[in-house]
Amino acid sequence: MGLALGVPLAASSSSPLLAWREPVYIVAGFAGVVALGLLLVQPLLVGGHLPGPRGRVAHRWVGAGLVAAIVVHVAGLWITSPPDVIDALTFTSPTPFSGWGVVAMWAAFGAAGLAAIRRRMRPRLWRPAHSALVAVVVIGTVVHALLIQGTMGTVSKAVLCACVLAAAGAVMSRLRAWAPLLRR
Amino acid sequence: MISLRRRTVLATGAAALAAPALILPARAEGLAPTPTMRGGANNCRPGAPLVDRIGGGGFLMTGSVRRAGDGAPLPGRRIQIWAHTTEGHERDARSHGATLTDAEGHFALDMPQIVPAFGQPHGHLAYDADYDDGGFRTVFLRPIMGSARDRTLDVAFVLEPA
Repeated sequence: MGLALGVPLAASSSSPLLAWREPVYIVAGFAGVVALGLLLVQPLLVGGHLPGPRGRVAHRWVGAGLVAAIVVHVAGLWITSPPDVIDALTFTSPTPFSGWGVVAMWAAFGAAGLAAIRRRMRPRLWRPAHSALVAVVVIGTVVHALLIQGTMGTVSKAVLCACVLAAAGAVMSRLRAWAPLLRR
Repeated sequence: MISLRRRTVLATGAAALAAPALILPARAEGLAPTPTMRGGANNCRPGAPLVDRIGGGGFLMTGSVRRAGDGAPLPGRRIQIWAHTTEGHERDARSHGATLTDAEGHFALDMPQIVPAFGQPHGHLAYDADYDDGGFRTVFLRPIMGSARDRTLDVAFVLEPA
């Protein structure tokens, strides 16, 4: 996991593209890379696959960090080029990856919102709903990232995306995220 | 927009049916106008100055400007160009410039190397009717480079008479 996270983070912090970008744009792009990295950590925490006794507590904190990273990503891009971000948010962008990112963003906000009201929801509904939104986040983010010519190395980005998909898929199927819906 | 286009199509179709001998040859050699691209106008600075070169140069933006229908070359048309380059962001004034087409309707402007920004290596070009008295409709283009390593980009404008 260190390699899967470390290599793309290192690549994106030493990309030649950075020489031609202002600090706020660099931070915005890096926040996107961090968010993709946190998507790998999240299922491993909730599935108890990382060392430390309190994986679920950490899952909540990392989730909050993920929301913050998305906000920094979008806000930084907005400051860099407002019309491009308005196009993306209104699904009128010429770039095909924008819409995937925006859908993933709203799904992530939704998944985090559900986490905030978990105690007020019926448990048999909560986990399938949270997991369904997370599936949208994971798929949307991976397509968004793969279609972009950005600061991450092509190979390290593809490897990280494959790890994110595999981790989310494996943990969801092992925890049988949909099972409560099947119970009568 | 859709209903307008539909009306145009219907009108053209009706005209073609009514006078096929008149309409069909014209349509066969008719050159369709270039539509404005999504995001083409983003970060435009209207009325950017005519320049010999944008910044230090090194990347060549070339293109042609023709009239819709008969494809006649349009000399003296003002084309504005801007992009995220090695010398500045799209919003920076120093990333913007304009040039005029020659007698054959061609233009070429030396500018700094375009680099990928917002996920794609792309340029912006405009024919802005507000800064040109030629009587054609404004068009904003946002062409994407085949590769970020390309040192040139060629762009075709086909303008629709206003």
